Amino acid sequence: MNFQLAPDRASNFAGQYDALFYTFSAFAVFFTIAVFVMVVTFVTKYRRGKKANRANPIHHNSLLEAIFMGVPTIIALTMFVFSAKLFVDMRTPPKNSYEVFVIGKQWMWHLQHPNGIRENNELHVPVGQPVKLTMISQDVIHGFFIPDYRVQYQVVPGRYTQLWFTPTKPGKFNLFCTIHCGTQHSEMGGYVYAMEPKDFAEWQATGGNRFKERPKNLADAGKQLYEELLCNNCHMEKDNPRAPSLYGIFQSKRKMTDGTVVEADENYIRESIVNPYNRLNAGYGNQMPIYEYKKQISEEQIRMLLEYIKTLGSAPAPVTTPAPTARGNAAGGQS
Amino acid sequence: MSAVATQVSHQEKNYLNDENTIKSWLLTKDHKRIAVMYLVAISIFFLAGSIAAGMIRLELVSPRGAFLTNDAYNRTFTAHGVIMIFLFLLVGIPAVFGNFLVPLMIGAKDLAFPRLNLVSLYLFFTGAAFALLALIFGGVDTGWTFYTPYSSMYSNSQVALVLVGAFILGFSSIATGVNFIVTIHKMRAPGMTWFRLPLYIWSHYATSIIIILGTPVVAITLLLVVLERVFHLGVFSPELGGDPVLFQHLFWFYSHPAVYIMILPAMGVVSEVIACFSRNSIFGYKFVAMSSMAIALLGFFVWGHHMFISSQSMYQGLVFSLITFLIAVPSAVKVFNWSLTMYKGSVWLASPMIFALGFMGLFVIGGLTGVYLGSIGTDVHLTGTYFIVAHFHYVMVGGTVMGFLAALHFWWPKMFGKMYNESMAKVSAVLVFIGFNVTFFPQFIVGYLGMPRRYHYYYLNPDFQIWNIASSFGSTVLALGFLLPVIYLTKSLKSGAPAGPNPWGATGLEWEVESPPTKHNFHEIPVVTGLVYDYNSEADEAAWEEEEREMEHVTRGGQH
Ligand code: HEC
Ligand SMILES: [Cu+2]
Ligand SMILES: [Cu+2]
Repeated sequence: MNFQLAPDRASNFAGQYDALFYTFSAFAVFFTIAVFVMVVTFVTKYRRGKKANRANPIHHNSLLEAIFMGVPTIIALTMFVFSAKLFVDMRTPPKNSYEVFVIGKQWMWHLQHPNGIRENNELHVPVGQPVKLTMISQDVIHGFFIPDYRVQYQVVPGRYTQLWFTPTKPGKFNLFCTIHCGTQHSEMGGYVYAMEPKDFAEWQATGGNRFKERPKNLADAGKQLYEELLCNNCHMEKDNPRAPSLYGIFQSKRKMTDGTVVEADENYIRESIVNPYNRLNAGYGNQMPIYEYKKQISEEQIRMLLEYIKTLGSAPAPVTTPAPTARGNAAGGQS
Repeated sequence: MSAVATQVSHQEKNYLNDENTIKSWLLTKDHKRIAVMYLVAISIFFLAGSIAAGMIRLELVSPRGAFLTNDAYNRTFTAHGVIMIFLFLLVGIPAVFGNFLVPLMIGAKDLAFPRLNLVSLYLFFTGAAFALLALIFGGVDTGWTFYTPYSSMYSNSQVALVLVGAFILGFSSIATGVNFIVTIHKMRAPGMTWFRLPLYIWSHYATSIIIILGTPVVAITLLLVVLERVFHLGVFSPELGGDPVLFQHLFWFYSHPAVYIMILPAMGVVSEVIACFSRNSIFGYKFVAMSSMAIALLGFFVWGHHMFISSQSMYQGLVFSLITFLIAVPSAVKVFNWSLTMYKGSVWLASPMIFALGFMGLFVIGGLTGVYLGSIGTDVHLTGTYFIVAHFHYVMVGGTVMGFLAALHFWWPKMFGKMYNESMAKVSAVLVFIGFNVTFFPQFIVGYLGMPRRYHYYYLNPDFQIWNIASSFGSTVLALGFLLPVIYLTKSLKSGAPAGPNPWGATGLEWEVESPPTKHNFHEIPVVTGLVYDYNSEADEAAWEEEEREMEHVTRGGQH
């Protein structure tokens, strides 16, 4: 049990965050003292039985009221600008981020690295490299929180959320779940290990994998699954009566039966797999089989499929047909 | 202030002893008796909620708990939250002091719909019974926020029962809200114009508007959770095609304004008490009145600040944050105006005033720490931690409970006609203030350090322990502070000195009738000719000095 007053500053956001936090604190202390001094002065000066000048008390003063409203408004708006800037930064992960996939489930964190390494309740990250977490829950809402990094975000079932940070110093840091999720909520945590890039590379190469058979990278694992589940029976290179092509689908515009156009982001593709009839592609009916969630297809597997689908139609093409044409067809065929 | 001075006759029966059968109490339509029954009920609930709080504090002394299992702990903090919020804070001031005072303060013989008022009391009892049944059958483990899909699909506890209870409690509140609004519109005494209303009435008017606009939304939402739980209606669970975050929107759409349902009446109390014990008209009357209305209105546009990190869009979050910053302004206006009310006043530090000043101190800290949370960037690290727990306890306990205690001490002589032990009351006020700060200030620090709320164990970071020990220690002092009034107030009923109609020398119509008032409040409906806060500190000071001199005379005479 140590006497600790402030969390460590271990990510790119920590400095900026604390600057704001302590500025707010300075204002808070200032106003608390101001009110305190005002109250104590009036109470002692005008205490009943004490001689004081009580003639002509004032009961309203428009200028004072304007100051009471004006000053807090100006301070509040200034604070808002800085606070908003910090938040926008926190919500905008850089393009070159190292992406880790996070699944929350009662009551553990499961993490998958792009090269196939998986870990539970531990997250290894390289210092100095932006890390982006794409997160989803398999059951109830959880909250992913690393206090020393000043980052927190809810992990929601049915939709991907994200969070990013750049670790700035090596060390071991707490990881907590912050949304009450049942019996062992308070034990659903672990540690983040930030490592120097060369240590991290070594970890990736050797010690990283706690699991016996080491999977290939996520996309490869996805390809295997894609074939096992017979997705490729219907989804082929080109649109056909059985199913639309999935080549080049990621981030393209898809047209639905009701005429709306949707961008195929990760959430859209995930939904197309777990809940295919919710939004149907124009020209198709309820044909795609339902893969029963958590029984036939887990959240981890959905992620693998998704990573694989993202690679479809982009170089290097997994099939012999020239990729660019396929991509053009897929996109064109929908509009 | 009223043209017709009310005759005071001590022989007359009052509302308490008018008819003394059990039936006359249970079927009463008298707003004052209904208020007293609410007071008894919510005091019992407050005790129950406090016992749960004590168990929580005991568990948290050690990083691995003391005597509860995880499940039992989760049920304990849920019981604490549900009881304190739904059965104490939301009803506390409105149902007890609102019921008692709204007709008296505006010069009416009762509320507009006395029968509806009784219905609302019984709805409250019914809702509370459901909540208690849920407790008896094993409790609920979702937290008072009932987040889906945990509450609707995963929790193995009595969620449905407690939600049906909350649904019924909602109707009780709506009935009270409607009653107050109609009463304030229609039953004011001649001459009691809107801008002569006591500020306490303004705050209830604002509160009632929030209640009738917000409560139906949360009632339906909670019912949808029950339907999803029981019939698998897919509204919130993604596995059934629903949206879990939708629940948060609907829940906070009510539950943010609900914060103001709890705090506005307390602010009204503080305005009355500070004016009375400063012997001064409230500074900036119109601004204080209108700030209540501004808070009620703006309060409906900030719910998203509970959801900055819940996957709502970034731009949505920014707008909610901006509006939240603005809602801080009317609260600041109130604090400054209260302080200035003491300027050139004649400040009498009687126990209600000490509670009111305590309210100010704690509310200022609660409000200012709210800025950290309404500010979207700083909220990211603090939401979901003990910082938020500390913040809302400063507002809810420091604000609402302090306001409640100020009201209780201020109007107790009016309600029961007896004075309590004033020095004990002062001790209680000081103990509550100190105990409160020792309990909750450490939680700001441990929250900033990163301790999540609703954590039974914190062995993942044992450094949290020292702050938790401090907090648990503080809670024992706080408990003592809360226990004292139970003792001396109950005692006053038996052996307290008679209060007389106006022991504090306060203005306001309620002080012109007997204590306790008669069944029909006023013998003649008063006619109002000026603003309620008709105080004159200079004259009062002179009169008081005179009295003091006489007193001295008497005591010296007695000694010889
Ligand atoms: C029996 C044929 C069939 C099989 C097998 C099948 N799908 Fe589909 N899929 C369809 C049809 C038809 C549609 C278009 C209608 C719709 O949106 O459901 C579709 C749509 C999709 C879409 C959205 C495409 C777009 O253009 O927006 C995705 C992504 C997808 N499927 C993924 C998969 C995956 C992954 C598998 C294997 C696990 C799979 N599908 C198996 C028939 C099939
Ligand atoms: Cu959790
Ligand atoms: Cu709020």
